Amino acid sequence: MTGAALPPFQRLFDEHGGIVLRWLMTAVGPAEADDCFQETMLSALRAYPKLRDTSNLRGWLLTIARRKAIDAHRAGSRRPAALADSELEAAVGSGGAVSADADPAVWDAVRELPAKQRRAVVMRYAGDRSYEDIAGSMAISKDAARQNAHAGVRTLRRKLR
Amino acid sequence: MTSTGLDSATRQRFQERAQAEGLVDVAFATMDSPVGTLLLAATARGLVEIAFTGNGTRVDDALDELARKVSPRILEAPARLDPVRSQLDEYFNGHRVDFDVRLDRSLMGPFARRVLGRTERIPYGSVSTYAQVARHIGAPRAARAVGNALAANPIPVIVPCHRVVRTGGALGGYGGGLDRKEWLLDLEGARGREQ
Repeated sequence: MTGAALPPFQRLFDEHGGIVLRWLMTAVGPAEADDCFQETMLSALRAYPKLRDTSNLRGWLLTIARRKAIDAHRAGSRRPAALADSELEAAVGSGGAVSADADPAVWDAVRELPAKQRRAVVMRYAGDRSYEDIAGSMAISKDAARQNAHAGVRTLRRKLR
Repeated sequence: MTSTGLDSATRQRFQERAQAEGLVDVAFATMDSPVGTLLLAATARGLVEIAFTGNGTRVDDALDELARKVSPRILEAPARLDPVRSQLDEYFNGHRVDFDVRLDRSLMGPFARRVLGRTERIPYGSVSTYAQVARHIGAPRAARAVGNALAANPIPVIVPCHRVVRTGGALGGYGGGLDRKEWLLDLEGARGREQ
């Protein structure tokens, strides 16, 4: 709903903070994720009283996180991917959300994916979002969202084997 | 509130930075007390609300109301409420008879401010009546309105609306429920002692 009452910010933090942090782990790697997370949440808190569209607060937080991740990429050089054996199944497998403390190699591999696959994989497995939701954010069809996520996971399996 | 997957260091760091940057309009904490879990909320101006929880009132409901009436920039920041919590603990243990706490009266309307301002002057261990308070604020016919203002007191216990009873000694009403009013008056040894 547009213009609906804003919930207390603490509730946003409690409900969506974990997902935002997981997303940032993927986007910038575990070393920088906490700083980006702090910057994301501070920006959000600063802008919060003026927020008009309250229909997708998680999406709003993830949009800010994405901007912070881009800033972090600009500021520092990317770490080279260190691909090793890993627990892809444990991290990405069986439809569960990617755990934030998964092997860093997984995150490195995710960062190496083509942009569309990466976004689809992150939203699906780190963000736990529906394909419909992902299709909306990426402005592609639901089938294409599913294909991108599956292709991304296949690539990850191959790389991390 | 749901669990978050965020560790306490991450939460703590955010809380501290948000406060350092002046982004916390309302800081809150909860505390256990003999009259149930209390929600304490403070703005930069002072303590703005004490809410009794339990009996169908949830912390979340009280926070929603604060978001609407004060600001949605609400964060849990227990350290900021520590001085209030320790004074309340002392009071509930019978070791304190008055409070030294800055109050933010922005949740009180003009009439309520008069009523509650007068109520703050009723000393520990005594009681006054709705009619007396009405008379003291120069509105002798407004005893019922006085009752309503007391029932909506945003800062109970510290603004001692429990010390106002009916003429003749009946307890009257209480925003937090009569059990609590009775408990507080018993603590103060104030049953049946009109001012």
